[in-house]
Amino acid sequence: MAMDIANLTKERLKAMFAEGKRFDGRKLDELRELEIETDISNKAEGSARVRLGKTEVLVGIKLGPGEPYPDSPERGNLTVSAELMPIASPRYQAGPPEFNGIELPRLVDRAIRESKMIDLDKLCIKAGEKVWTVYIDIFPINDDGNLIDAANIAALVALKIARVPEITKEGKVDHDKEAKDKLPLSKDIAPVSFSFFKLGNSIIVDPTREEAEACDARITFGLSKSKDKYLINSCQKKGEAYFTGEELAKMSSMLPDLYEQVNEKLKKFL
Amino acid sequence: MTHKRPDGRKSDELRKMSAKVGVVPNADGSAMFAFGDTVAIAAVYGPRLLHPQHMQDPSTGILRVNYDLLSFSVSDRKKPGPNRRAQEISKVTEWALLPVLELKEFPNTVIDVQIYIIQADAGTRTAGINAASLALAHAGIPMKDLVCSVAVGKQDKELIVDLSKEEEDFEEGEGATDFPIAKIANKDAFTLVQLDGKISPDLVPEALSIAAKACEKVYDVQKKALKDEVEREAKG
Repeated sequence: MAMDIANLTKERLKAMFAEGKRFDGRKLDELRELEIETDISNKAEGSARVRLGKTEVLVGIKLGPGEPYPDSPERGNLTVSAELMPIASPRYQAGPPEFNGIELPRLVDRAIRESKMIDLDKLCIKAGEKVWTVYIDIFPINDDGNLIDAANIAALVALKIARVPEITKEGKVDHDKEAKDKLPLSKDIAPVSFSFFKLGNSIIVDPTREEAEACDARITFGLSKSKDKYLINSCQKKGEAYFTGEELAKMSSMLPDLYEQVNEKLKKFL
Repeated sequence: MTHKRPDGRKSDELRKMSAKVGVVPNADGSAMFAFGDTVAIAAVYGPRLLHPQHMQDPSTGILRVNYDLLSFSVSDRKKPGPNRRAQEISKVTEWALLPVLELKEFPNTVIDVQIYIIQADAGTRTAGINAASLALAHAGIPMKDLVCSVAVGKQDKELIVDLSKEEEDFEEGEGATDFPIAKIANKDAFTLVQLDGKISPDLVPEALSIAAKACEKVYDVQKKALKDEVEREAKG
Protein backbone atom coordinates (compact mmCIF):
# COMPACT_ATOMS: atom_id res chain seq x y z
CA MET A 1 0.00 0.00 0.00
CA ALA A 2 2.80 2.31 0.87
CA MET A 3 3.76 2.50 -2.75
CA ASP A 4 4.37 5.45 -4.97
CA ILE A 5 4.31 7.96 -2.16
CA ALA A 6 7.24 10.01 -0.87
CA ASN A 7 8.49 9.08 2.61
CA LEU A 8 8.26 12.76 3.43
CA THR A 9 4.52 12.89 2.67
CA LYS A 10 3.96 9.74 4.66
CA GLU A 11 5.75 11.12 7.72
CA ARG A 12 3.84 14.39 7.45
CA LEU A 13 0.51 12.57 7.21
CA LYS A 14 1.42 10.35 10.14
CA ALA A 15 2.19 13.38 12.30
CA MET A 16 -1.01 15.15 11.23
CA PHE A 17 -3.22 12.09 11.83
CA ALA A 18 -1.68 11.77 15.31
CA GLU A 19 -3.00 15.30 15.97
CA GLY A 20 -6.37 14.38 14.49
CA LYS A 21 -5.87 16.52 11.38
CA ARG A 22 -6.02 15.88 7.63
CA PHE A 23 -4.80 17.84 4.58
CA ASP A 24 -8.37 18.53 3.47
CA GLY A 25 -9.49 19.68 6.90
CA ARG A 26 -11.71 16.68 7.63
CA LYS A 27 -11.86 14.88 10.95
CA LEU A 28 -10.34 11.38 10.97
CA ASP A 29 -13.79 9.76 11.00
CA GLU A 30 -15.40 12.16 8.54
CA LEU A 31 -16.61 10.96 5.13
CA ARG A 32 -16.26 13.09 2.02
CA GLU A 33 -19.23 14.58 0.22
CA LEU A 34 -21.33 11.80 -1.33
CA GLU A 35 -23.24 12.36 -4.56
CA ILE A 36 -25.42 9.76 -6.22
CA GLU A 37 -26.89 9.85 -9.70
CA THR A 38 -28.95 7.13 -11.35
CA ASP A 39 -29.81 5.99 -14.88
CA ILE A 40 -26.54 6.96 -16.49
CA SER A 41 -27.15 4.43 -19.27
CA ASN A 42 -30.58 3.59 -20.67
CA LYS A 43 -29.20 0.34 -22.07
CA ALA A 44 -28.40 -1.00 -18.62
CA GLU A 45 -31.01 -2.75 -16.48
CA GLY A 46 -29.93 -0.39 -13.73
CA SER A 47 -27.05 2.04 -13.40
CA ALA A 48 -25.57 4.61 -11.08
CA ARG A 49 -22.76 7.10 -10.71
CA VAL A 50 -21.30 7.73 -7.29
CA ARG A 51 -18.94 10.53 -6.39
CA LEU A 52 -17.19 10.39 -3.06
CA GLY A 53 -15.10 13.55 -3.01
CA LYS A 54 -13.11 13.34 -6.22
CA THR A 55 -13.51 9.59 -6.52
CA GLU A 56 -16.01 8.69 -9.20
CA VAL A 57 -17.26 5.25 -10.07
CA LEU A 58 -19.89 3.99 -12.51
CA VAL A 59 -21.81 0.79 -11.98
CA GLY A 60 -24.15 -0.88 -14.44
CA ILE A 61 -26.37 -3.89 -13.94
CA LYS A 62 -27.05 -6.21 -16.88
CA LEU A 63 -29.08 -9.40 -16.81
CA GLY A 64 -28.48 -12.27 -19.16
CA PRO A 65 -29.92 -15.78 -19.41
CA GLY A 66 -27.36 -18.33 -18.31
CA GLU A 67 -27.05 -21.86 -17.10
CA PRO A 68 -27.59 -22.65 -13.43
CA TYR A 69 -24.92 -24.38 -11.38
CA PRO A 70 -25.57 -28.14 -11.12
CA ASP A 71 -26.02 -27.95 -7.34
CA SER A 72 -28.60 -25.12 -7.53
CA PRO A 73 -30.72 -25.75 -10.65
CA GLU A 74 -33.31 -23.08 -9.79
CA ARG A 75 -31.06 -20.34 -8.49
CA GLY A 76 -29.89 -17.31 -10.45
CA ASN A 77 -26.25 -16.30 -10.58
CA LEU A 78 -24.45 -13.18 -9.42
CA THR A 79 -21.25 -12.03 -11.12
CA VAL A 80 -19.36 -8.94 -10.06
CA SER A 81 -16.53 -7.59 -12.18
CA ALA A 82 -14.39 -4.48 -12.15
CA GLU A 83 -12.16 -2.95 -14.74
CA LEU A 84 -9.43 -0.65 -13.44
CA MET A 85 -8.99 1.29 -16.66
CA PRO A 86 -6.06 3.62 -17.29
CA ILE A 87 -8.54 6.52 -17.59
CA ALA A 88 -9.10 6.56 -13.85
CA SER A 89 -5.62 6.84 -12.43
CA PRO A 90 -1.95 7.25 -13.33
CA ARG A 91 -1.52 4.05 -11.31
CA TYR A 92 -3.61 1.89 -13.62
CA GLN A 93 -2.21 0.16 -16.67
CA ALA A 94 -3.83 -1.81 -19.44
CA GLY A 95 -3.34 -5.54 -19.30
CA PRO A 96 -4.15 -8.39 -16.94
CA PRO A 97 -5.64 -7.27 -13.61
CA GLU A 98 -3.38 -6.48 -10.70
CA PHE A 99 -4.45 -7.64 -7.29
CA ASN A 100 -6.51 -4.49 -6.56
CA GLY A 101 -8.59 -5.24 -9.65
CA ILE A 102 -9.28 -8.73 -8.35
CA GLU A 103 -10.01 -7.72 -4.77
CA LEU A 104 -12.45 -4.87 -5.51
CA PRO A 105 -15.16 -6.96 -7.22
CA ARG A 106 -14.70 -9.80 -4.72
CA LEU A 107 -15.36 -7.44 -1.81
CA VAL A 108 -18.43 -5.91 -3.47
CA ASP A 109 -19.66 -9.40 -4.35
CA ARG A 110 -19.36 -10.61 -0.77
CA ALA A 111 -20.98 -7.55 0.82
CA ILE A 112 -24.00 -7.95 -1.47
CA ARG A 113 -24.19 -11.74 -1.61
CA GLU A 114 -23.77 -12.32 2.13
CA SER A 115 -26.39 -9.68 3.01
CA LYS A 116 -28.91 -11.82 1.06
CA MET A 117 -30.25 -8.64 -0.52
CA ILE A 118 -30.91 -10.37 -3.84
CA ASP A 119 -33.28 -13.33 -3.76
CA LEU A 120 -31.45 -15.42 -6.33
CA ASP A 121 -34.00 -18.23 -5.98
CA LYS A 122 -36.54 -16.00 -7.71
CA LEU A 123 -34.33 -15.56 -10.78
CA CYS A 124 -35.12 -18.91 -12.34
CA ILE A 125 -36.35 -18.92 -15.95
CA LYS A 126 -36.61 -22.68 -16.49
CA ALA A 127 -35.52 -25.00 -13.72
CA GLY A 128 -32.30 -26.84 -14.44
CA GLU A 129 -31.89 -25.13 -17.80
CA LYS A 130 -32.02 -21.40 -17.67
CA VAL A 131 -31.65 -18.82 -14.93
CA TRP A 132 -30.81 -15.13 -14.87
CA THR A 133 -27.26 -14.08 -14.25
CA VAL A 134 -27.06 -10.67 -12.61
CA TYR A 135 -23.91 -8.88 -13.77
CA ILE A 136 -22.65 -6.02 -11.64
CA ASP A 137 -19.96 -4.23 -13.62
CA ILE A 138 -17.81 -1.62 -11.91
CA PHE A 139 -15.89 1.04 -13.82
CA PRO A 140 -13.93 3.60 -11.83
CA ILE A 141 -13.67 6.89 -13.74
CA ASN A 142 -11.49 8.73 -11.25
CA ASP A 143 -9.76 6.94 -8.39
CA ASP A 144 -9.04 9.35 -5.58
CA GLY A 145 -9.11 6.69 -2.91
CA ASN A 146 -11.70 4.49 -1.21
CA LEU A 147 -12.94 2.97 -4.42
CA ILE A 148 -14.36 -0.05 -2.61
CA ASP A 149 -16.85 1.90 -0.51
CA ALA A 150 -17.86 4.11 -3.45
CA ALA A 151 -18.36 1.06 -5.69
CA ASN A 152 -20.48 -0.65 -3.04
CA ILE A 153 -22.84 2.30 -2.82
CA ALA A 154 -23.09 2.52 -6.61
CA ALA A 155 -23.79 -1.21 -6.90
CA LEU A 156 -26.49 -1.01 -4.23
CA VAL A 157 -28.28 1.90 -5.89
CA ALA A 158 -28.03 0.37 -9.37
CA LEU A 159 -29.50 -2.90 -8.07
CA LYS A 160 -32.35 -1.09 -6.33
CA ILE A 161 -33.54 0.52 -9.55
CA ALA A 162 -32.78 -2.39 -11.89
CA ARG A 163 -35.56 -4.07 -13.92
CA VAL A 164 -35.73 -7.62 -15.21
CA PRO A 165 -36.00 -7.66 -19.02
CA GLU A 166 -38.70 -9.56 -20.94
CA ILE A 167 -37.65 -12.74 -22.63
CA THR A 168 -38.56 -14.03 -26.14
CA LYS A 169 -40.02 -17.45 -26.92
CA GLU A 170 -36.55 -18.54 -28.02
CA GLY A 171 -35.27 -17.68 -24.57
CA LYS A 172 -33.35 -14.56 -25.53
CA VAL A 173 -33.61 -11.12 -23.95
CA ASP A 174 -36.31 -9.09 -25.72
CA HIS A 175 -34.77 -5.65 -26.06
CA ASP A 176 -37.88 -4.27 -27.77
CA LYS A 177 -40.19 -4.80 -24.83
CA GLU A 178 -40.08 -2.53 -21.85
CA ALA A 179 -38.72 -4.18 -18.73
CA LYS A 180 -41.28 -3.76 -15.97
CA ASP A 181 -40.48 -6.15 -13.13
CA LYS A 182 -38.10 -5.07 -10.45
CA LEU A 183 -35.32 -7.37 -9.35
CA PRO A 184 -36.36 -9.68 -6.50
CA LEU A 185 -34.72 -7.74 -3.68
CA SER A 186 -35.30 -7.86 0.01
CA LYS A 187 -36.84 -4.45 0.67
CA ASP A 188 -35.20 -3.65 3.95
CA ILE A 189 -31.66 -4.86 3.25
CA ALA A 190 -29.18 -2.30 1.95
CA PRO A 191 -25.58 -3.42 2.18
CA VAL A 192 -22.78 -0.86 2.02
CA SER A 193 -19.15 -1.07 3.04
CA PHE A 194 -16.85 0.95 5.25
CA SER A 195 -13.09 0.82 4.99
CA PHE A 196 -10.79 1.95 7.78
CA PHE A 197 -7.15 2.78 7.12
CA LYS A 198 -4.32 2.71 9.64
CA LEU A 199 -1.14 4.79 9.70
CA GLY A 200 1.00 4.67 12.83
CA ASN A 201 -1.56 4.42 15.60
CA SER A 202 -4.18 6.50 13.81
CA ILE A 203 -7.24 5.19 12.02
CA ILE A 204 -9.07 7.16 9.34
CA VAL A 205 -12.10 6.60 7.13
CA ASP A 206 -12.68 7.43 3.47
CA PRO A 207 -9.08 8.28 2.54
CA THR A 208 -8.01 10.20 -0.53
CA ARG A 209 -5.63 8.30 -2.79
CA GLU A 210 -2.66 10.04 -1.17
CA GLU A 211 -3.82 9.11 2.31
CA ALA A 212 -4.58 5.52 1.30
CA GLU A 213 -1.16 5.11 -0.25
CA ALA A 214 0.50 6.33 2.93
CA CYS A 215 -1.36 3.88 5.15
CA ASP A 216 0.02 0.52 6.28
CA ALA A 217 -3.22 -1.43 6.67
CA ARG A 218 -6.84 -1.36 5.64
CA ILE A 219 -9.88 -3.22 6.82
CA THR A 220 -13.18 -3.24 4.94
CA PHE A 221 -16.49 -4.18 6.57
CA GLY A 222 -19.59 -5.03 4.53
CA LEU A 223 -22.51 -3.82 6.62
CA SER A 224 -26.27 -4.17 6.34
CA LYS A 225 -29.20 -3.37 8.53
CA SER A 226 -32.14 -5.66 8.94
CA LYS A 227 -35.11 -4.93 11.21
CA ASP A 228 -33.10 -2.19 12.94
CA LYS A 229 -30.21 -4.56 13.62
CA TYR A 230 -26.82 -3.88 12.13
CA LEU A 231 -24.96 -6.86 10.71
CA ILE A 232 -21.41 -7.22 9.49
CA ASN A 233 -21.69 -9.50 6.45
CA SER A 234 -18.14 -9.45 5.20
CA CYS A 235 -14.73 -8.27 6.21
CA GLN A 236 -11.21 -8.23 4.85
CA LYS A 237 -7.95 -6.87 6.19
CA LYS A 238 -5.22 -5.72 3.85
CA GLY A 239 -1.66 -4.60 4.33
CA GLU A 240 1.51 -5.30 6.19
CA ALA A 241 0.47 -3.85 9.57
CA TYR A 242 -1.92 -5.34 12.13
CA PHE A 243 -4.97 -4.18 14.08
CA THR A 244 -5.25 -4.64 17.84
CA GLY A 245 -8.36 -6.16 19.40
CA GLU A 246 -9.22 -2.74 20.82
CA GLU A 247 -8.95 -1.10 17.40
CA LEU A 248 -11.18 -3.75 15.86
CA ALA A 249 -13.76 -3.29 18.61
CA LYS A 250 -13.65 0.50 18.19
CA MET A 251 -14.13 0.31 14.42
CA SER A 252 -17.00 -2.16 14.82
CA SER A 253 -18.69 0.24 17.22
CA MET A 254 -18.33 3.12 14.73
CA LEU A 255 -20.15 1.21 11.98
CA PRO A 256 -23.79 1.99 12.90
CA ASP A 257 -23.21 5.75 12.91
CA LEU A 258 -21.33 5.67 9.59
CA TYR A 259 -24.12 3.54 8.13
CA GLU A 260 -26.75 6.09 9.11
CA GLN A 261 -24.75 8.92 7.54
CA VAL A 262 -24.64 7.14 4.20
CA ASN A 263 -28.17 5.84 4.55
CA GLU A 264 -29.42 9.43 4.80
CA LYS A 265 -28.22 10.03 1.23
CA LEU A 266 -29.42 6.64 0.00
CA LYS A 267 -32.97 6.84 1.30
CA LYS A 268 -34.57 8.27 -1.79
CA PHE A 269 -33.23 5.45 -3.95
CA LEU A 270 -34.24 2.57 -1.70
CA MET B 1 -31.02 -22.25 21.58
CA THR B 2 -27.88 -24.24 21.01
CA HIS B 3 -27.22 -26.64 18.18
CA LYS B 4 -25.15 -29.71 18.72
CA ARG B 5 -21.99 -29.69 16.66
CA PRO B 6 -22.08 -32.56 14.16
CA ASP B 7 -18.88 -34.07 15.55
CA GLY B 8 -19.91 -33.50 19.15
CA ARG B 9 -17.31 -30.81 19.90
CA LYS B 10 -17.83 -28.10 22.52
CA SER B 11 -18.29 -24.57 21.19
CA ASP B 12 -14.68 -23.59 22.01
CA GLU B 13 -13.16 -26.91 20.99
CA LEU B 14 -10.90 -27.09 17.97
CA ARG B 15 -10.67 -30.14 15.77
CA LYS B 16 -7.77 -32.46 16.50
CA MET B 17 -4.66 -30.63 15.40
CA SER B 18 -1.42 -32.10 14.19
CA ALA B 19 1.75 -30.48 12.97
CA LYS B 20 5.09 -31.64 11.70
CA VAL B 21 8.13 -29.67 10.67
CA GLY B 22 10.51 -30.70 7.89
CA VAL B 23 8.13 -32.39 5.48
CA VAL B 24 9.80 -31.15 2.27
CA PRO B 25 13.51 -31.98 2.41
CA ASN B 26 14.44 -29.81 -0.58
CA ALA B 27 13.03 -26.65 0.97
CA ASP B 28 14.85 -24.30 3.33
CA GLY B 29 12.00 -24.79 5.74
CA SER B 30 8.74 -26.72 5.64
CA ALA B 31 5.82 -27.89 7.72
CA MET B 32 2.48 -29.67 7.73
CA PHE B 33 -0.46 -28.45 9.76
CA ALA B 34 -3.86 -30.14 10.07
CA PHE B 35 -7.19 -29.19 11.61
CA GLY B 36 -9.09 -32.50 11.57
CA ASP B 37 -9.53 -33.48 7.93
CA THR B 38 -8.02 -30.25 6.58
CA VAL B 39 -4.37 -30.83 5.77
CA ALA B 40 -1.98 -28.11 4.60
CA ILE B 41 1.70 -28.26 3.74
CA ALA B 42 3.98 -25.26 3.37
CA ALA B 43 7.51 -24.91 2.07
CA VAL B 44 9.86 -21.93 2.22
CA TYR B 45 12.54 -21.20 -0.35
CA GLY B 46 14.84 -18.27 0.31
CA PRO B 47 15.82 -15.64 1.03
CA ARG B 48 17.22 -15.78 -2.49
CA LEU B 49 17.98 -13.10 -5.06
CA LEU B 50 14.78 -11.92 -6.70
CA HIS B 51 14.49 -12.17 -10.47
CA PRO B 52 13.77 -10.26 -12.64
CA GLN B 53 16.17 -7.74 -11.19
CA HIS B 54 13.87 -4.75 -11.64
CA MET B 55 11.49 -6.24 -9.09
CA GLN B 56 14.18 -6.21 -6.39
CA ASP B 57 13.81 -3.81 -3.48
CA PRO B 58 17.15 -2.55 -2.10
CA SER B 59 15.48 -1.55 1.18
CA THR B 60 13.96 -4.91 2.06
CA GLY B 61 13.37 -8.53 1.18
CA ILE B 62 9.98 -9.44 -0.29
CA LEU B 63 7.56 -12.10 0.85
CA ARG B 64 5.76 -13.99 -1.90
CA VAL B 65 3.06 -16.47 -0.94
CA ASN B 66 1.39 -18.93 -3.24
CA TYR B 67 -1.63 -20.76 -1.83
CA ASP B 68 -3.61 -23.31 -3.79
CA LEU B 69 -5.84 -26.35 -3.43
CA LEU B 70 -4.61 -29.55 -5.02
CA SER B 71 -7.08 -30.64 -7.68
CA PHE B 72 -8.15 -33.73 -5.72
CA SER B 73 -8.41 -32.01 -2.32
CA VAL B 74 -12.07 -31.08 -2.84
CA SER B 75 -15.24 -32.99 -3.84
CA ASP B 76 -15.55 -31.49 -7.33
CA ARG B 77 -12.13 -31.58 -8.96
CA LYS B 78 -10.49 -28.16 -8.90
CA LYS B 79 -8.85 -27.14 -12.13
CA PRO B 80 -5.12 -26.90 -11.39
CA GLY B 81 -3.65 -23.41 -11.22
CA PRO B 82 -4.56 -20.39 -9.13
CA ASN B 83 -8.05 -18.88 -9.51
CA ARG B 84 -9.10 -15.55 -8.02
CA ARG B 85 -9.99 -17.07 -4.69
CA ALA B 86 -6.53 -18.62 -4.42
CA GLN B 87 -4.88 -15.36 -5.45
CA GLU B 88 -6.79 -13.51 -2.76
CA ILE B 89 -5.90 -16.06 -0.09
CA SER B 90 -2.24 -15.89 -1.15
CA LYS B 91 -2.34 -12.12 -0.66
CA VAL B 92 -4.12 -12.11 2.72
CA THR B 93 -1.69 -14.80 3.89
CA GLU B 94 1.26 -12.54 2.98
CA TRP B 95 -0.32 -9.75 5.03
CA ALA B 96 -0.95 -12.16 7.90
CA LEU B 97 2.73 -13.16 8.05
CA LEU B 98 4.53 -9.90 7.23
CA PRO B 99 4.12 -8.21 10.64
CA VAL B 100 6.37 -10.80 12.33
CA LEU B 101 9.09 -11.01 9.68
CA GLU B 102 12.37 -9.07 9.72
CA LEU B 103 12.83 -8.76 5.97
CA LYS B 104 14.91 -5.58 6.09
CA GLU B 105 17.88 -7.86 6.80
CA PHE B 106 17.66 -9.32 3.31
CA PRO B 107 17.64 -6.55 0.68
CA ASN B 108 16.96 -7.48 -2.94
CA THR B 109 15.77 -10.95 -2.03
CA VAL B 110 12.53 -12.85 -2.10
CA ILE B 111 11.24 -15.42 0.34
CA ASP B 112 8.87 -17.77 -1.44
CA VAL B 113 6.25 -19.55 0.62
CA GLN B 114 4.38 -22.32 -1.17
CA ILE B 115 1.21 -23.55 0.52
CA TYR B 116 -0.78 -26.48 -0.79
CA ILE B 117 -3.93 -28.03 0.60
CA ILE B 118 -3.89 -31.79 0.27
CA GLN B 119 -7.28 -32.44 1.84
CA ALA B 120 -9.90 -29.73 2.35
CA ASP B 121 -12.61 -29.69 5.00
CA ALA B 122 -12.95 -25.94 5.71
CA GLY B 123 -10.32 -23.83 7.40
CA THR B 124 -7.78 -24.24 4.62
CA ARG B 125 -6.43 -20.68 4.81
CA THR B 126 -6.01 -20.86 8.58
CA ALA B 127 -4.28 -24.26 8.40
CA GLY B 128 -2.11 -22.87 5.57
CA ILE B 129 -1.05 -19.86 7.66
CA ASN B 130 -0.18 -22.08 10.62
CA ALA B 131 1.91 -24.33 8.37
CA ALA B 132 3.60 -21.33 6.71
CA SER B 133 4.43 -19.74 10.04
CA LEU B 134 6.10 -22.99 11.13
CA ALA B 135 7.92 -23.37 7.82
CA LEU B 136 9.34 -19.83 8.09
CA ALA B 137 10.59 -20.54 11.61
CA HIS B 138 12.05 -23.84 10.43
CA ALA B 139 13.84 -22.00 7.61
CA GLY B 140 15.50 -19.78 10.22
CA ILE B 141 14.00 -16.55 8.92
CA PRO B 142 14.27 -13.91 11.69
CA MET B 143 10.79 -13.64 13.23
CA LYS B 144 9.45 -11.64 16.15
CA ASP B 145 6.97 -14.39 16.98
CA LEU B 146 4.87 -17.12 15.43
CA VAL B 147 1.56 -16.34 13.73
CA CYS B 148 -1.41 -18.49 14.76
CA SER B 149 -4.63 -18.72 12.82
CA VAL B 150 -8.08 -20.12 13.39
CA ALA B 151 -11.63 -19.41 12.29
CA VAL B 152 -14.33 -18.38 14.67
CA GLY B 153 -17.80 -18.79 13.36
CA LYS B 154 -21.41 -18.70 14.14
CA GLN B 155 -23.87 -21.53 13.92
CA ASP B 156 -27.21 -19.73 14.02
CA LYS B 157 -26.61 -17.49 17.08
CA GLU B 158 -23.87 -19.40 18.82
CA LEU B 159 -20.17 -18.58 18.48
CA ILE B 160 -18.03 -21.64 17.75
CA VAL B 161 -14.40 -22.15 16.77
CA ASP B 162 -12.76 -23.98 13.88
CA LEU B 163 -15.76 -24.75 11.68
CA SER B 164 -15.81 -27.95 9.65
CA LYS B 165 -17.23 -27.96 6.12
CA GLU B 166 -20.51 -29.34 7.41
CA GLU B 167 -20.76 -26.47 9.91
CA GLU B 168 -19.82 -23.91 7.29
CA ASP B 169 -22.77 -25.09 5.19
CA PHE B 170 -25.22 -24.78 8.12
CA GLU B 171 -28.39 -23.04 6.96
CA GLU B 172 -30.87 -22.99 9.85
CA GLY B 173 -31.65 -19.83 11.83
CA GLU B 174 -29.08 -17.13 11.16
CA GLY B 175 -27.07 -19.60 9.09
CA ALA B 176 -23.31 -19.90 9.29
CA THR B 177 -20.71 -17.18 9.62
CA ASP B 178 -17.05 -17.78 8.90
CA PHE B 179 -14.69 -15.37 10.63
CA PRO B 180 -11.09 -16.47 10.01
CA ILE B 181 -8.43 -14.54 11.88
CA ALA B 182 -4.68 -14.71 12.41
CA LYS B 183 -2.90 -13.31 15.42
CA ILE B 184 0.67 -12.75 16.55
CA ALA B 185 1.07 -15.42 19.25
CA ASN B 186 2.15 -13.28 22.19
CA LYS B 187 0.68 -9.93 21.22
CA ASP B 188 -2.74 -8.32 20.88
CA ALA B 189 -2.24 -7.99 17.14
CA PHE B 190 -4.58 -9.38 14.50
CA THR B 191 -2.86 -9.82 11.16
CA LEU B 192 -5.66 -11.48 9.20
CA VAL B 193 -9.32 -10.62 9.58
CA GLN B 194 -11.87 -11.89 7.09
CA LEU B 195 -15.56 -12.58 7.37
CA ASP B 196 -18.45 -14.03 5.41
CA GLY B 197 -21.92 -14.29 6.87
CA LYS B 198 -23.51 -12.07 9.47
CA ILE B 199 -22.44 -10.91 12.87
CA SER B 200 -23.58 -7.97 14.95
CA PRO B 201 -20.87 -5.33 15.50
CA ASP B 202 -21.41 -5.74 19.28
CA LEU B 203 -20.33 -9.38 19.05
CA VAL B 204 -16.94 -8.63 17.47
CA PRO B 205 -14.99 -8.21 20.75
CA GLU B 206 -16.32 -11.53 22.11
CA ALA B 207 -15.55 -13.34 18.86
CA LEU B 208 -12.00 -11.95 18.91
CA SER B 209 -11.42 -13.04 22.47
CA ILE B 210 -12.63 -16.56 21.63
CA ALA B 211 -10.30 -16.56 18.63
CA ALA B 212 -7.38 -15.38 20.76
CA LYS B 213 -7.95 -18.25 23.21
CA ALA B 214 -8.12 -20.77 20.36
CA CYS B 215 -4.89 -19.33 18.95
CA GLU B 216 -3.14 -20.21 22.21
CA LYS B 217 -4.00 -23.86 21.55
CA VAL B 218 -2.69 -23.60 17.99
CA TYR B 219 0.48 -22.02 19.38
CA ASP B 220 1.05 -24.97 21.71
CA VAL B 221 0.83 -27.40 18.79
CA GLN B 222 3.19 -25.26 16.70
CA LYS B 223 5.75 -24.99 19.51
CA LYS B 224 5.69 -28.74 20.05
CA ALA B 225 6.25 -29.41 16.36
CA LEU B 226 9.29 -27.12 16.32
CA LYS B 227 10.66 -28.64 19.50
CA ASP B 228 10.23 -32.18 18.14
CA GLU B 229 12.17 -31.21 15.04
CA VAL B 230 15.01 -29.67 17.04
CA GLU B 231 15.24 -32.83 19.13
CA ARG B 232 15.12 -35.03 16.05
CA GLU B 233 17.96 -33.05 14.44
CA ALA B 234 19.99 -33.19 17.66
CA LYS B 235 19.73 -36.95 17.65
CA GLY B 236 20.96 -36.95 14.04
